[in-house]
Amino acid sequence: MTILTFTLILFLGTFIAGLLGSLTGLGGGVVVIPLLTLLFHVDIRYAIGAALLASIATSSGAATAYVKEGITNIRLGMFLEIATTIGAVVGALIAIYMPTNTIAIIFGVVLIFSAIMTLRKKNEHALAGGSPLAEKLKLNSTYPVDGQKVPYKLTNIVGGFSLMGVAGVLSGLLGIGSGSLKVLAMDGLMKIPFKVSTTTSNFMIGVTAAASAVVYLQRGYMDPGIAFPVILGVLCGAITGSKLLKKMNPKTLRLIFAVAITLVALQMIYNGVQNKF
Amino acid sequence: MKQVFSKHYWNDKDISLLVGQILRIGVLLASVTLIIGGVLYLTVHGKDPLPDYTKFIAETNANTTLSGIIAGVMQINVPQIIQLGVLLLICTPIVRVIGSLVGFIIEKDTMYIIITLIVLSVIAGSIISGLKG
Repeated sequence: MTILTFTLILFLGTFIAGLLGSLTGLGGGVVVIPLLTLLFHVDIRYAIGAALLASIATSSGAATAYVKEGITNIRLGMFLEIATTIGAVVGALIAIYMPTNTIAIIFGVVLIFSAIMTLRKKNEHALAGGSPLAEKLKLNSTYPVDGQKVPYKLTNIVGGFSLMGVAGVLSGLLGIGSGSLKVLAMDGLMKIPFKVSTTTSNFMIGVTAAASAVVYLQRGYMDPGIAFPVILGVLCGAITGSKLLKKMNPKTLRLIFAVAITLVALQMIYNGVQNKF
Repeated sequence: MKQVFSKHYWNDKDISLLVGQILRIGVLLASVTLIIGGVLYLTVHGKDPLPDYTKFIAETNANTTLSGIIAGVMQINVPQIIQLGVLLLICTPIVRVIGSLVGFIIEKDTMYIIITLIVLSVIAGSIISGLKG
């Protein structure tokens, strides 16, 4: 295979990854790792480096659409970033010493979990009575619903913060955005309406990924020949996806994609157990 | 000039617009750099056989250090032009955090100035701990 063929296939593949990632809410990074390792047999360390860049690209690309609407809770994002950035740096350091097959197996398990999470029932209600800690940290805010400002309050701050730390470790270890775990912490534990948690999680993914990306860049995990088609492909896919999302309801797509991703995840786990990485 | 730093001049919405602008410019700069680097790379190496990516060989200092990347870009070395694009992409969310810090300073929100500084120092620590010189 020539470099040109590889670049074109990789661009096309990551374009689809970015497109599906943004339509289903799974993110662009998670599809990049199986694409590179299972299809192109690229070493998983290069794949993790590329996936981190894909996560930053999707997050920054999509965020330009979100900030206009003023839904993102910047204070909440920043507060939780303490947990995710520390976690991400720890995860990136563990990754250097962990066998690649173990990383592949953990990745598979997280992927299945993420696929299930895209099908969950969303939390659409604003919580009226929050916890005192949320009040103290000024985390309660409002968000627009049909042109009106609806106030919402937060609860279980400590639980959410801890789960964010775990999300950060996984993000640093696997090169993914851990968006599903972030949303679980915010939707499930802190009871934030999903419109707010989706955009806030997206804001956080970029910062978390950047914290571990600097470690990976310096450790030589980022190859220029892989980086440019992956970033440009995922970015174009994510922007196309966010435009399509305004016109369609991807419910069926989400289900098909969740099943497909689970199969890919099982393949990753199988190869990991067989020591193929 | 004084009013630029007053709370009334900047409200929350302006700050989020500024932050959105940072993201857009960062992504655009990174993409343009990557397109230039990518096109040059394919022009020079497009017909070469694929390097062996199945084995992991850590990138050399030219691709992993700021000094290496800048030196390469000065000599118009294609791999380092791509790495510059990578670097710009990684910097975008970090600059966004700095943008939020400016916002909190204008709002005189001491608690969140401290929280943002903690986040920035974790990232700075991550950069320094990985430094190879």
